[in-house]
Amino acid sequence: MMINRVFVYIFIGMGLFISTATASEISLHGFLQGNYSVDTAYSNPNGGDFKRAEERLQLKLDASKDPFHIFVKTDALYDHVDNKARLELREGYFDFRSSAWDVRLGRQIITWGVGDLVFINDVFPKDFEAFFSGRPLEYLKKGVDGAKIGIYPAFASFDIIAIPFFTPNHYPGPQRFWMFDPMPDVTDRETTEPSKTPGNTELAIRAYRDVAGFDTSLYLYRGFYRQPSAMPNDTAMPSKLFLSYPKLSVYGASFQGRALDGILSLEMGYYDFRQDRSGSDPFIPNSQTRTILGYQRQMWDDFSVSIQFYTQYMHNYSEYVENLPEGFTQEKRLYSLASLRLTQLLAHQTLKLSFFSFWSPSDGDYIINPEARYNFTDHVWGAIGANIFGGPNKSTQFGQFDKNDNVYVQVRYEF
Amino acid sequence: MRWIIIVLSLMVFPVTGFAQSGDEVIKKSQDAFFYPGKDFKARVMMKLIGKGGQERIRELTMLRKNYGEAGGEQKIFMYFFQPTDVKDMTFMVYKYPARDDDRWLFVPAINMVRRIAAQDKSSSFAGSDFTYEDVSGRDIQDDAHAVTKEEAFNNRDCYVIKSTPKAGDMNYDYKLSWIDKGNYLPLKEEYYNKKGELDRLYTSDEIKEVKGFPTITKRTMKNHQSGHTTEVKYLSVDYNIDIDDSLFSERYLRQPLKKWTE
Repeated sequence: MMINRVFVYIFIGMGLFISTATASEISLHGFLQGNYSVDTAYSNPNGGDFKRAEERLQLKLDASKDPFHIFVKTDALYDHVDNKARLELREGYFDFRSSAWDVRLGRQIITWGVGDLVFINDVFPKDFEAFFSGRPLEYLKKGVDGAKIGIYPAFASFDIIAIPFFTPNHYPGPQRFWMFDPMPDVTDRETTEPSKTPGNTELAIRAYRDVAGFDTSLYLYRGFYRQPSAMPNDTAMPSKLFLSYPKLSVYGASFQGRALDGILSLEMGYYDFRQDRSGSDPFIPNSQTRTILGYQRQMWDDFSVSIQFYTQYMHNYSEYVENLPEGFTQEKRLYSLASLRLTQLLAHQTLKLSFFSFWSPSDGDYIINPEARYNFTDHVWGAIGANIFGGPNKSTQFGQFDKNDNVYVQVRYEF
Repeated sequence: MRWIIIVLSLMVFPVTGFAQSGDEVIKKSQDAFFYPGKDFKARVMMKLIGKGGQERIRELTMLRKNYGEAGGEQKIFMYFFQPTDVKDMTFMVYKYPARDDDRWLFVPAINMVRRIAAQDKSSSFAGSDFTYEDVSGRDIQDDAHAVTKEEAFNNRDCYVIKSTPKAGDMNYDYKLSWIDKGNYLPLKEEYYNKKGELDRLYTSDEIKEVKGFPTITKRTMKNHQSGHTTEVKYLSVDYNIDIDDSLFSERYLRQPLKKWTE
């Protein structure tokens, strides 16, 4: 087990390290959290009424003695939906820093790009079930197991990330979520992750600096798409599905800065699916150009509005259409998605009312996520919110979740 | 003719008779308040006290570096210790005279750096009774400043300056400031609302000399309309510590160095 091995290395390293650090350089923090999400329209496919019901303890251990630093964040939880106790290593890494460069080794969360819940050059693993079932935002991001090197010459900064161990995205599962399955009768399914060979090590590079007042980044990624593609053993009479993660390279850029009395963001990326450059393989996505245009503005005291428009353009569309087997759902050439976020802080910023919504002009589906969060004290906060899904078509991203509307509660004591 | 001159000079005297204009006093006051030293570091403890007495704590380290003349550009870096839900959060501001700041926020739980919109300088700073402008300074030319009188406050000779916002969109109508004639620090400020009522009251509660710079180490802002009060105390403060330019970068926003934040 990878997790166990990482745990062991981290704890051995930690032990050696702590023995040389003084008490003031070590800190232990964390939280106790309850997180519950109840169905409001339909019970789960497996009959339950909770998308999530869990109590969780997180411990964050931080030890530093310049130029070294160790950080471990682990969660222990009891999941009432599956009736299981679990231990999760959320992050566990070792840092070394010098003035011109630094390195971070181990499990780490990496967030790139300028999108708000839409991602182009942030190719790192995500947990979308967390987002759809009312978990705190931080659980949308999963750590990667790898090494990050930062290099900081005067003319620009560079992040270079090597990920030898592949982590897929986590999507809602058919036990807790009603969702679209193009081949519900084919239950024999085999998922293959990229083999752990040196040649399959993922590489991600970001170069960034200020250009005319705009935070400007260039991105390169070579690795795998974290959403699996399904290939049937026989397109006419399928009896088995093979799921695998297509080879992907991404070339992109982002810009963010002050403009039009607010913050303007632009991000672009070319998704090069290397196994299907001609577009003729219907079971591997065609190459795409993805774009986000975003704008954020503070309208009055403690009230901000942000809007985004995302597009995903499929290249070699005619080849895709020509080769799509009969009976398969045909994707559009241009997918579009708009988002709106409204945030109002009240009561000395202890009460946060927020509204977030995605709506796809091309698919007509949506998700609406209103939330109220209140800090009862400096240590205790609670949030209540809802996820409401809908759309005319049961095969689209949010339309398929139409029967999964839920109301959620999060309560956390932090120490 | 002589009679007319006497009358005119009597009329004009209250405005022109002081040695310095309101703008000059406010300029010197801002230089003394926001710009002393080449750079500055403080461990700041803010106590937010509700009307019913309930308290919330905000604790941070603030680092500031001046670029060019006093009143010019500044870079500001903040690292939060408390409350627990914002622990390890960092915040960076590039402040420019007479135009909007650039602001960045780092959210450690998801390792994310974001720009945040900054047009609204009258927003509360970290939920306190201080606004962003109270913390980082308001552009001098945004107000008309007039010396209304000179009087002693807390046994210190002061200029009393009336500052009236030129644009009508502020959440106060005018401000009276008691500025110490010796060190030019504000000892008291009264903000009046459009109805002429006292809205907020600022007081400097402790002033200490640090490396030759008179420094307000305790201050209070009380909102007389809501009953909410914020007390700010510097647990430590220092000047001219040679803060490196590179501190004010995404690199250190994401991974602040303990030698600067502690």
